Amino acid sequence: MQKIEELMRVKAAALLQDGTADCVLAWRKGEFPYDHATAVFHTNEELQELTYDCFCPANLAKYLIQTSRAGKKAAVFLKPCDTYGVNQLLKDHRIRRDLVHAIGTPCGGMLDIRKIRAAGCRGILAIEDRGDDVVVTCAGGTVTLHKADVLLRKCLACKGNDYKIADEEIGTKQAVPQAPADRFAEVEAIEAMTPEARFAFWQQELSRCIRCNTCRDVCPACSCEQCIFDHPGSGADGKAYADASQEAMFHVIRAFHVAGRCTGCGECGRVCPEGIRLDLLNGKFAKDINTYFGPYQPGEDAETAAPQFTFRPGDPDPDTVTQNDDRRDDHA
Amino acid sequence: MQKIGVFVCWCGSNIAATVDVARVVAAAKGIPGVAFAADYKYMCSEQGQQLIADSVRQYGLNRIVVCSCSPRMHEKTFRACAERCGVNPYQVEIANIREQCAWILKDKEQATRKAIALMKAAVAKVQLDTPLQPGESTVVKRALVIGGGIAGIETALDIADAGYKVDIVEKEPSIGGKMAQLDKTFPTLDCSACILTPKMVDAAQHPNIRIFTYSEVEEVRGFVGQFEVDIRKKARSVKADICSGCGICTTKCPSRKADSEFDAGLRKRGAIYIPFAQAIPKVPVIDRAHCLKFQTGKCGVCSLVCPNKAIDYTQQDEIVTEQYGAIVLATGFDLLDLKHFGDLGWGRSKDIITSLQLERLTNAGGPTEGHLVCPSTGRQPKKVVIVSCVGSRDTSGRGKTYCSKICCMYNAKHAMYIREKYPDTDVTVFYIDVRTPGKGFDEFQRRAVEEYGVHYIRGLVGKVDVHKDGTLHLTASDLNSGRQLEMEPDLIVLAAAVTASPDARKIAGLVTASIDNDGFYVEAHPKLRPVESPTAGIFLSGMCQGPKDIPETVSQAGAAAVKAIGLLSKDKLLTNPCTARCNEAVCSGCQSCVKVCPYGAIEAVEKTVITLEGKKEQRSVAVVNEALCQGCGACTVACPSGAMDLKGFSNQEIMAEVDALCW
Amino acid sequence: MLVNEDGKTAAPETKSFEPKIVAFCCNWCSYAGADGAGTARKHYPANVKIIKVPCSGRVNPLFVLRAFQKGADGVILCGCHPGDCHYMTGNYYTRRRLTLLMSMLDYLGVAKDRLRVAWVSASEGARFAEVMNDFTAHIASLGENVKLRDMRCRK
Repeated sequence: MQKIEELMRVKAAALLQDGTADCVLAWRKGEFPYDHATAVFHTNEELQELTYDCFCPANLAKYLIQTSRAGKKAAVFLKPCDTYGVNQLLKDHRIRRDLVHAIGTPCGGMLDIRKIRAAGCRGILAIEDRGDDVVVTCAGGTVTLHKADVLLRKCLACKGNDYKIADEEIGTKQAVPQAPADRFAEVEAIEAMTPEARFAFWQQELSRCIRCNTCRDVCPACSCEQCIFDHPGSGADGKAYADASQEAMFHVIRAFHVAGRCTGCGECGRVCPEGIRLDLLNGKFAKDINTYFGPYQPGEDAETAAPQFTFRPGDPDPDTVTQNDDRRDDHA
Repeated sequence: MQKIGVFVCWCGSNIAATVDVARVVAAAKGIPGVAFAADYKYMCSEQGQQLIADSVRQYGLNRIVVCSCSPRMHEKTFRACAERCGVNPYQVEIANIREQCAWILKDKEQATRKAIALMKAAVAKVQLDTPLQPGESTVVKRALVIGGGIAGIETALDIADAGYKVDIVEKEPSIGGKMAQLDKTFPTLDCSACILTPKMVDAAQHPNIRIFTYSEVEEVRGFVGQFEVDIRKKARSVKADICSGCGICTTKCPSRKADSEFDAGLRKRGAIYIPFAQAIPKVPVIDRAHCLKFQTGKCGVCSLVCPNKAIDYTQQDEIVTEQYGAIVLATGFDLLDLKHFGDLGWGRSKDIITSLQLERLTNAGGPTEGHLVCPSTGRQPKKVVIVSCVGSRDTSGRGKTYCSKICCMYNAKHAMYIREKYPDTDVTVFYIDVRTPGKGFDEFQRRAVEEYGVHYIRGLVGKVDVHKDGTLHLTASDLNSGRQLEMEPDLIVLAAAVTASPDARKIAGLVTASIDNDGFYVEAHPKLRPVESPTAGIFLSGMCQGPKDIPETVSQAGAAAVKAIGLLSKDKLLTNPCTARCNEAVCSGCQSCVKVCPYGAIEAVEKTVITLEGKKEQRSVAVVNEALCQGCGACTVACPSGAMDLKGFSNQEIMAEVDALCW
Repeated sequence: MLVNEDGKTAAPETKSFEPKIVAFCCNWCSYAGADGAGTARKHYPANVKIIKVPCSGRVNPLFVLRAFQKGADGVILCGCHPGDCHYMTGNYYTRRRLTLLMSMLDYLGVAKDRLRVAWVSASEGARFAEVMNDFTAHIASLGENVKLRDMRCRK
């Protein structure tokens, strides 16, 4: 990955130099080899900090809202899956296409440090991505792991290495060393549970929420100026009330608001400090949209009409969609 | 400070017999913010409204809740009352304790508890109601009448005589509708054409009336006062402006395969045809599906024989776009397709016909020049059977459950007419009931029996067999005597049920008029607003609202015209102030609202907004055009941030109602 | 805080269960249908309380969840038949939104059939009463709504 990192620095410097971009959105080295941060670069000096390897899962698309708002031209490095987010933001009129210079950046799958630790690695000094394997240098020696075993969950259902929007591409395209898992397999597993088990599962998940709003902040589909849960007078502003039931709606409504917008990037589930499987809420809506209203992939492009804003006269009736299914009988 | 007055109406005993109004008043008095509560026998009466006005003055009320009948009935009344005494009409809420409590419940305790709950919800909402001011919109001084039958013609003439422009859109090549097909009309037995044709001519010559025949309404935009309508003028293939109406083309046309619609299929017509002699306009039309020139490319006879060179095979449909202040629906009726009545022999013999076909057979302008004959033989029938209620009052599912209303009278007319002209022909009418209310109607039917010797048999026709030699065998039961009857009539006339025009549903969709399960337009109120659709600016004329005879149709047509004139006579209309409103500080400019707005009333506009933190910011936000917004609220749900809200039905107001009802 | 099942067993035998039912009715069709039910003196239970909205498309899923959380045992949304919307397209969007919402409630393991969507036209007074009778009976058989009221983030 050294090489691509160098290419990116050179490219970024050139774009700043020739005025294509006023700033560059990329990743910056973190304190540890596995916790890189997102950053905005303005100068060559700053660019020395630019880094890119298998610990850059964050999608930079959402930062474009601020750069667009400020009227700044931003060059942004986008992994294939990140490009969906940019298209979605364009579709939601949250960013200006003329202020975005999108650079398709190859990705071979991002790694989950928790999985690496779980594999027994302690005192990690360096991690090297060798395609199918990952070599972890620890204080006590080196460990070689199958990359497929330590990929982030979201990479297991990788949507492929095509850039859905890119003004230029850098490096050579890579593939994630894992046959893409069925994106909705886990949603289906929950659907197959009994209602009691489903209720218990979600009770267990959602009850851990501390309302830190990280899921909201990171989501490229959730980009309101003011969240309905935050501004007074919306009728849903929850935080001011002591009544805990006000918060009950938060995750369902948030999922509802991003239904037809959620690109399936899985960042909500990844960043949740409580590890709540929010991606499985959004995934359910995505799956239902495909099932009931026809295949639709948010962020595939910036033009196709979204399912929540279109209809077909022959759409299924709400009462019929979950009928004739014994498993779903709540009261059996 | 909020001072709410709660007024509980007894509606005589309608409410008070089932709801303990005193308890509702007592419950209201206990709610914070309620400064006054009282009950009264008829709150909508002058005294009732005076009670409201006096209380507003005495207690300084600034919000009003009326617990009464449906807001669809008297919301307007109470809003006007509020306005007169200085309370904003949109700070009035109605708790519907008549239709939703008293009339659906028998138990007084239950009804009272529900009434209190509905009152509380109304109080919860009224507390959040903000004063609203209606805007103004202009009125285009022109009406559109859809349908050129007697209903449409009468409405158009009345509107035109009042001095307003009217356009009639008729899908057939001529105006006239069903009435033009009729022979005589009951109860006077005067000739239908003789009374209709002058009206048709009046309409055609009226300086305020334009007639679009062979045309259909394609698209309707806008709203009351400002409808914009696309009319498709289908290609006639004849240049109307130079055609003299001589009709040579129609006689020379070699194609004779098409059934004449006007003669109800009893005669063939050419591919180029004028529907009937008195047609308006008297301009032929080419039925391209049957025209040899269009189908094979070979022919062109009509073009050769036309002295004025009026035939134009290249003519295209034309779209005319016009503005209207009011739209009158006069789409008329049709007869039930009798395909499910094979047991009555339908489709198995030419001598089993509908009443409308009989009209053509007895009409001097019809295929037999008025000689009643059996279509199969051409001989005068000696025995005629008329069957009532074919598909009317039918709960079997193959017909309609309602009474078609006109059949009993036209059956008597047909029977009498046949007996008069052919005294040697025996006429029997099978009926379930004879229903002949109306001026001179019952006398008319009795004359058929008493003076003309028509046999009326209360009973059902069980089945009709068609023998190989074409003779008919009918089995029926006489319900009065309990006997089975067997008859061999020469001609059977089926009084097929009246149905709504199949186009009614399409047009209802275009103008967003309500329609019932049978396809008839629904009136705004069955008694008090019978010629208005619930959709503002849409009026109903004639059979499209339900079965009617000609006198009723004409009266309703006049009533619809008066309502339309009332609208057209206004220079300005007050618009519904319950429109969408965008909180620009919160709006992200995502344009979700724009995508779902059916009226194109929302636009994204780049502008300076003040953020919630009080900062100035330049960005794109949604802006609602209140003149276009109809207040449906679709945008409010599409909006993820809650920036878009609906005045009069805000998120907070609805949730306050929810909270009050779920408490 | 009750976390038990949503079934009949939750309702105590001693006092009869009176379900709270909120019906959102569009002004043009279903509210008029409800008026028609009243005018025709068609009986339906007092449990059903109607909130008038201009269009079924005005009903935010937020309102539905709010009703459940505030103690509704059943919520029914009534609008014009698809294709007959007074505002042309409102109920088409409603249909999509509610399809997703009902499916999601089911996914969360709460009784999705506590929520119902019924298309009732202005002329269907008798049907309005039938729908409400049927829905109330169904909700009564489900017993008190415990799960939906409790579908929240506990701390």
